[in-house]
Parts: sequence; C-alpha cells; structure tokens
Amino acid sequence: MNATQRATTMAVPGTPADKQGQPAQSMITSHRRRASFDAIPYLFVAPQILLFSVFMFFPLGYAAFLSLNSWDPFEAPRFVAGRNYVHLVSDPVFWYALKNTLVYVVGTVPLSIGLGLLLAIGLNRGMRFQRVLRSLYFLPVVVSGVVTALAAIWIFNDNYGLLNRLFQAVGLPRINWNSNPQWAMTSLIITTVWLRSGFCMIIYLAALQGIPKMLYEAAVIDGANRFQQFRSVTWPLLGAATLLLTIMNVIYSFHVFDLIFVMTGGGPGYSTTVLVQYIYNQAFTNGDMGYACAVAMALFVLILAFTIVQWLMSRRSELNG
Amino acid sequence: MTKTGKVFDHAATILLVSGAIIMMIPLYWVVVMAIRPRSEIFDMAASAWPSRVIPDGFTTLFANYPVWDWIWNTSFIAVVCAVFTVFFNLMAGYAFAKLHFWGRDVLFIILLSTIMIPIQVILVPEFFVIKWMHLLNSPWGVILPRCAEAFGIFMARQFMLSIPNELLEAARLDGCSEFQIFRKIVLPLSGPLIAVLVVFSIVWRWNDFSWPLVVLTEQKNFMLQQGMNLIKGDPNPNWNTVMALALVALVPMIALFAACQRFFVQGIAGSGLK
Repeated sequence: MNATQRATTMAVPGTPADKQGQPAQSMITSHRRRASFDAIPYLFVAPQILLFSVFMFFPLGYAAFLSLNSWDPFEAPRFVAGRNYVHLVSDPVFWYALKNTLVYVVGTVPLSIGLGLLLAIGLNRGMRFQRVLRSLYFLPVVVSGVVTALAAIWIFNDNYGLLNRLFQAVGLPRINWNSNPQWAMTSLIITTVWLRSGFCMIIYLAALQGIPKMLYEAAVIDGANRFQQFRSVTWPLLGAATLLLTIMNVIYSFHVFDLIFVMTGGGPGYSTTVLVQYIYNQAFTNGDMGYACAVAMALFVLILAFTIVQWLMSRRSELNG
Repeated sequence: MTKTGKVFDHAATILLVSGAIIMMIPLYWVVVMAIRPRSEIFDMAASAWPSRVIPDGFTTLFANYPVWDWIWNTSFIAVVCAVFTVFFNLMAGYAFAKLHFWGRDVLFIILLSTIMIPIQVILVPEFFVIKWMHLLNSPWGVILPRCAEAFGIFMARQFMLSIPNELLEAARLDGCSEFQIFRKIVLPLSGPLIAVLVVFSIVWRWNDFSWPLVVLTEQKNFMLQQGMNLIKGDPNPNWNTVMALALVALVPMIALFAACQRFFVQGIAGSGLK
C-alpha cells in the first residue's frame, strides 16, 4: 500500500474494505498533494539516521579529512595533503600489519567454519547428551575477547603455560608460543577458533534442520554412502549458511582488537599486530592522529573491496540458486 | 546400519565429548587461577587441580580496585545502551519492513553496510566528536555511538517482514496512527525479537573493550573489561586478582546465557538464513 492509498483510507474511516476504492476516488486527487510527502516513515527512522550521521557518517568523512593533516603531538595540526599516504606506502610496519590482518583472516575463517560444520553434523545425529554438548560448544559466544585472552595467555605461555606443561609431561619439546612469530600467530588463530566455532555450529545446525529428510532417504535408495550424501545433498543445501558465515567471520576477523591487544599486545615485535591495532597505537600511543587516519582509510578501502567482492558473490549465488 | 558405520558413529561421539571437555579447559583454568595459592601459578610441578582454595584474589581485588564502580558502570552502560539501541532498531526496522517512503531501500543498504566498518576506522574522529560533546569519561560517551547499531535494524526488519499486512491494514482502517499501530500491534507481536536483541546488545556492551578504552580514561569510570586490562598491565600482576575479576565479569554473562539460551539460538539461527 502506498502513501496515497493510505491517506485515502485514513480520510474515510469505517469504509468497508470491499468498497474502499469507489467513494475514495474523488479524494485521491484532493489528497495527493499532501500525501505525496508522508513524513511519518521518516520519523520512525529519524533516531537511527541521526545517530548514524553523528557517530558514523560524519566521522568517516572527517577521518578522510584528518588523514590529509599532520597531527604530531608536538606541533599544531596542519594540512599536508598526501604526506601521510606517502609515509604509509613506505612504512614497513603498515605492510606487516596488513599482511598479518590477511593471514589472520585466512587462518581463522576457514578453520572456524570448518570446525563449526563438523560439530553441527556430529551434534545433529540424535546422540545422548546432545543438547548439553551443543551448549558447551556454544558457550564461548558470551565470553569476552579480554577474558579469552587472559585464559589464552596461561595456556600458551612459553614457561608456565598449560600446553607446554602438557608437552613436557608427555616428553614432547616445548613450543615457543610467545617468542616465535609464527607460533604467536598460530596461538592467536587457535584461540579465535575456540571463541568462534560454536557460533558457526549453531548457524549450521539451523540450516541442517531445514534440509528435508526425504532427500537423504532418496540418496540412500540410490545407493549413496555417507560421504556421497554429504557431497551431493548436505553441502549444496548449506550454501546459504556457508556464505553468511564467511561474511560474518571475515567481518569479525577484520574487527578483532581486544583479543590480540590483551593476549599478545601485537608482539613479539609486530608479528601479531593487525591493522585495527596499528590504528589504535598510532593514534593513542604515538599521538599521530593524522597518520592513524591514513591507516584507517587504507583499512576502509580494503573492507570496501571485500564488501564489493562479497556482494558480487552473493548476487551470483542468487542467480545460480 | 553397517558395522563400519557404527564404529564411525562411536568414534564421532568420543571425539565430540573430548572436544567439549577441551573447550571447557580455558574457562576451567580461569577458575583455577583465581582460587589457587599464588605460588602454584609459577610452579611447573603444580597439578592441574589447586592444592587448596584461597580467597585472596577476590579480597585483594575488592580492597584495591573500585570494582563496585566498574560493575555499576558496566551494568548501567549495558542495560541503558540495550534499551535505547533496541527501541530505535525496532522503530527503524518497522519503517524499513512495512512503510513506504522515498529512498527506503537505498537508505537501508547504506545503514546495513556500516556493519562492515570496524570502530577503529573512525576511532580518531569519533574520539573528537565525543570530546566536543564533553562526554569523555561519561557513560554516555560509550552509549551513544554504540546505539548506531545496524545489526539490530537488519534483524528487526527481517522479523517484521513476517507480520501480516492485513493486520496493519485493519488497524489503519480503524483509524490508528502509525505510532499507535507500532505500539499496539507491532511491539506486542515482536516479543521474541525484542528478547533476542536485548540479550545480544547486553552481552556485546558488557564485553565491549576497544571503545571504552578510548572514552573512559579515569579508573573509577572504567568498565570491567578495562579493569582486567589494567590489573594485567601491572608490571608484576597478581594473577589471582586478574582471574578473580575475569570471573566477576564472566559469571553474569554465563548466567544470562543459561537463562536465555533459547533466544541466543533462535536469534543466531534467524539472523539471516531466510
């Protein structure tokens, strides 16, 4: 129902629905002028538009402007055009943080989703204690990044961590989780998968329960074994869930700050520093607000590029589906 | 079922049970570190089970840090922010789902796409906005920016699309204004949605760290997550205390989880699969 029609029905309350069109006919013209702009829908969205304008859209534009300014702690802000970006291109730490961000995304997303899928399939078979197990796997959803980081510190600590204690007890060599860059990133990825696979499991469980049983029965009649059933029934029908999870996990991996900030602090060296943390460090540790905004703009462009790719992908899957 | 199938099934069950136990180890370790004697923390020979339970972590925590302030700040911010966010989300969700206005779909896509943007992209300008509003070190400095929450708008719109148009039409014919329809018909029908959104918002704000870290700089204004970072950042941190605070922050969320698990599952499952 469009605004014109609504204005008409409002003007003639009590008109029986089946006759609605006839007596209102003449009123459409008289009300069209007023009805062509209906302010009420805008009032409903106004609070969010206002909040988004002040706290999202204005800051985005202002960040772009600030990135063109020098904002060192010891000098007044001044316009320096592209100097921050020239610095950015030649800043090895920026490239390092960019690489780490991508490694972290690539390391966490498929593992979280893959493990979530295995858990969902495993916990959808109607075994005993199924509900309890689901809850336990799902529980980390309410655990904060900071608490996770604190626990992880004491699991991966080189000297006193739980894992190295265990390795020592069974005679395995210790792993330098804290001092070796690759192992530090690995520990971060393991912790993230712990935090997130339960969430992926729940999405997959919901999707699995939407697959009609008769499809499996038909597959069995056709002589399909379990693996074949999975490949030709389950996996294709989980496509929408997989796409959604990919998007959500990539967003989340780009956003992760608290976990890394508390767990490794970006170290050793810069080996676990990701872009969001580099922005924070530049702005609030180094006090270089302008440069922080230049890094932020680079991250924004990266995320924009990803969003466009993902939009094209989802459109393609819609066309195919 | 074939014999190999049965073996496979049992193996899967064993794997799933051991996996669940492994999942709980980090949380178990937080509890153990909060209550075990401090000397055992750096003792490689200490068992995984604390030799005795000591309350030192908690007593030091409450004696040396304004923990009650932190608990109050965190609760206030989480609850107030959840109420405002969800109310505004519902209003916007209703308009995007059921009302017609110029620019509706473009506006919706623009708002939704902000989900992708991490707060760090706008960290510096956002800091200045809050500073200009004189909201640094105020809970409102944390609350207001976090009320611009696109996820809730999306969820509300998805949910409200399923409300039958006939119901709204009938109310319009009875002379209800859009606001009356919203209040008397849409809100009462949105109970499950509201529960989901409120629970999610509370958990997110309670666990929030990066934005409060910038806005709240005085110790008495901290939120709980910042408090943990503060104590952990001590040159020689007392890990009993750190983990005691972790439990203080964690237990309410686990209680909420236990009480509202159904909503979590519904909410996540319904968040975009339709």
